[in-house]
Amino acid sequence: MLTLECPYCGVKACETELSPGYEAHLKRFGPGSTPEEFEAYMFARKNPKGVHFERWRHTYGCGKWFLAARCTATLEVFGTYPAQVSGPPPEIIAKIQARRPGWTPDGKATA
Amino acid sequence: MKRYSVFAIAREALRHHMGWERAWASPEPKASYDAIIVGAGGHGLATAYYLGKNFGITNVAILEKGWLGGGNTGRNTTIIRSNYLQDPSAAIYEKSRSLYETLSQDLNYNVMFSPRGVMMLAQTHHEVRGYLRTAHANALQGVATEFITPARVKELCPILNIDGPRYPVLGALWQARGGTGRHDAVAWGYARACSAMGMHIIQNCEVKGVRSENGVVTGVDTTKGYIGTKKLGMVVAGHSGQLAEMAGFRLPIEAVALQALVSEPIKPCMDVVVMANTVHGYMSQSDKGEMVIGGGTDGFNNYTQRGSFHHIEETLRALVETFPMLSRLKMLRQWGGIVDMTGDRSPLISKTPLGNCFINCGWGTGGFKAIPGSGWAMAELMAKGEPGPLAEAFNMWRFKEGQFIDESVAAGVAH
Ligand SMILES: Cc1cc2nc3c(=O)[nH]c(=O)nc-3n(C[C@H](O)[C@H](O)[C@H](O)COP(=O)(O)OP(=O)(O)OC[C@H]3O[C@@H](n4cnc5c(N)ncnc54)[C@H](O)[C@@H]3O)c2cc1C
Ligand SMILES: [Zn+2]
Repeated sequence: MLTLECPYCGVKACETELSPGYEAHLKRFGPGSTPEEFEAYMFARKNPKGVHFERWRHTYGCGKWFLAARCTATLEVFGTYPAQVSGPPPEIIAKIQARRPGWTPDGKATA
Repeated sequence: MKRYSVFAIAREALRHHMGWERAWASPEPKASYDAIIVGAGGHGLATAYYLGKNFGITNVAILEKGWLGGGNTGRNTTIIRSNYLQDPSAAIYEKSRSLYETLSQDLNYNVMFSPRGVMMLAQTHHEVRGYLRTAHANALQGVATEFITPARVKELCPILNIDGPRYPVLGALWQARGGTGRHDAVAWGYARACSAMGMHIIQNCEVKGVRSENGVVTGVDTTKGYIGTKKLGMVVAGHSGQLAEMAGFRLPIEAVALQALVSEPIKPCMDVVVMANTVHGYMSQSDKGEMVIGGGTDGFNNYTQRGSFHHIEETLRALVETFPMLSRLKMLRQWGGIVDMTGDRSPLISKTPLGNCFINCGWGTGGFKAIPGSGWAMAELMAKGEPGPLAEAFNMWRFKEGQFIDESVAAGVAH
């Protein structure tokens, strides 16, 4: 059972209280974009075995979307943070690097 | 390879069963092969088998990081059916189902194909409409399937409660020649036949990197060293994203956990397969008497082969209403597999951006039924370098072009 702390209301919520929203920090493409851009945005999602950034919604709590940094190979949670950012904040990156030496935020997982 | 037969059993019975051979050999890898298949699951082994059988290519190695058949092939609930909605799906799944009919004879290995009938319950009006549409599509595709009434459902499966109240049974899509098979035996049967053709099955050999020159694959780095190859087939289900990354491209695939469980063994009580897609539950009874139950997938990327507990609870809660007798059963074992999900819930059998490198994946929650047909189509793709009619529509570029083979609309899941 996955437990994530909602960064807004501080509740430690188990996954039955949350809705998953898959990859975080997606760059959205709209009208006028190329087929390659649409494909990358809509289908070619990151699928790392290791560190991953995700969207979650505190559905049966405050109702807000937040983001989480998690390891898909061990289910370890590195931290959660509010959704109003375009990339993972430095303190989350530091937490991940403390646990996964050599990991870099450009999507390359070493776990 | 000595053939299995009634005479072999009699012969061995007279000499204390001392003459049975190993089913397949475990050689050390050679320096290079004409073709390498990564992944000794059902799809990888079937690909190798049809490369040899249909195209005479036998200088082949199948590399497996764990043990043969230990991935999803050995973890699934073995439902075999072919009543899909879209034409390309119906074609490949029906090819596969029909190959299953004679697979035991073909491989000289009992894969225990049991065409006992598969029933997909319609428990909402939306599902009734969806399955009626599928039944009509199947009639045009030449797939034998029919929509049956609740009374017929009850007759075919008396332990089913069709009255609800939450999930009343409004009818069902019934495929009389669908059924189950023995998952391990499918992998073992193909492995034995591949080994007999001189192919190398190399277990405990993980592929760590893919090497290429001028955009064409040349070999793979493995835990047993570098192995060269003219052609590479990646058939690793949940780990396809990893292999694609090694080969320098990204796939429209996400890996999530899917779980199943079995009950204690009981007397025979159910001789068909029942799927209840509204509640994400499906069930059949194994030859040992266990009720084999499959559930829904988790909603997040996961490589741990462990699913979330609440899915089991939800599946069983819903199934208990449809099968009231389940409430007294003890569940014995639960496990998970990592399934490879595409955006349209259809597989990829495709060339890739890397020359002579081919991919077969995306079977997600429903690829056991597809093993023979998928291997057949993948072998043709690898042998000729171009897809045949079965594989053509399943290319990886369909997402860019919007040419989806959408199997997710009708039921939400496909097993
Ligand atoms: C719980 C569950 C229930 C299911 N129920 C059904 C069902 O009822 N009906 C149905 O049709 N389908 C079902 N499926 C789906 C079905 O199991 C799969 O689609 C199918 O088995 C996939 O076969 P495969 O050969 O592609 O993959 P796998 O059997 O997973 O084989 C892939 C192999 O690749 C190996 N591998 C991975 N990475 C590497 C590497 N780097 N180097 C070397 N080897 C590697 C793995 O160890 C593995 O053995 C179910 C799946 C699950 C998990
Ligand atoms: Zn909250």
